[in-house]
Amino acid sequence: MIGVEHYVVVSSILFVLGVLGIFLNRKNVIVVLMAIELILLSVNINLVAFSAFMGDLTGQIFAMFVLTVAAGEAATGLAILVIYFRGRGTIAVDDVNRMKG
Amino acid sequence: MIHIIAFYLFAVMTVGSGAITILSRNPVHSVLWLILAFFNAAGLMVLAGAEFIAMLLVIVYVGAVAVLFLFVVMMLDIDFAELRAGFVRYFPLGALVAVVLLAEMVLGIGAYHAGGIQLGTPSGTASTAAGVSNTAAIGALLYSRYLFLFEAAGIILLVAMIGAIVLTHRQRGDTRGQKISKQNARRPDEATVNVKPEVGKGVTL
Repeated sequence: MIGVEHYVVVSSILFVLGVLGIFLNRKNVIVVLMAIELILLSVNINLVAFSAFMGDLTGQIFAMFVLTVAAGEAATGLAILVIYFRGRGTIAVDDVNRMKG
Repeated sequence: MIHIIAFYLFAVMTVGSGAITILSRNPVHSVLWLILAFFNAAGLMVLAGAEFIAMLLVIVYVGAVAVLFLFVVMMLDIDFAELRAGFVRYFPLGALVAVVLLAEMVLGIGAYHAGGIQLGTPSGTASTAAGVSNTAAIGALLYSRYLFLFEAAGIILLVAMIGAIVLTHRQRGDTRGQKISKQNARRPDEATVNVKPEVGKGVTL
């Protein structure tokens, strides 16, 4: 039978994939943002699995809030990316420290 | 039996498409594999009995976030081959960190599986009631106990929306927009003129 540990294994593999994605695509901010989305997805799977197997709905409520924060983070991050590209013509983050508000 | 087959199908598809997301050469393909990963994670959540979060995942992630990513990837004209320059150089370090992290996590799960760690018991205030659907139970909890957190989530979304608009908005000089005040200030007697032209001659406006 499928237990909570199966879900936790899937979610930890996804988390590690997200961290690996940040390492591998250090220059490409778009893929880094996608890797962060993968990490948040693994957190959501973890919250939902424990919530379902413990019979406590709090985990699912907090998965919703994680979803909210992920949507806001993606919108703001992509907006910053767009203005960065508009100013410099590239999205390589090597000299991102020149970005001053 | 069908439950186990479905779980392994969804799990393998989620992990596989997540791996292709970070390894893909083309960011457009990355976004599409990310969408597949979200769909399969939603399937996993349906199997766990959390239908509402699963549908929310499909609507919010696939419908909004992934489409936003797709927009930005296709709008920006980027040489992606140049951005992959450090891929091989960072691979050993990244793989090392990933392997260490995964080993630690699997070790922890093994310890749980061996019976060393006990799951807590729900406090009773947020436990799932029998005979109530998942969506109804979440709604009842969200609009009573977590009402202020729910409104705080709404404020976070508002701030993110305003931030994104303020960041990306710009005044362009080369466009001719509609000037409503000028349109409203225009009167019939200054806009039209009555002329009697001679036959065979045009009018000057």
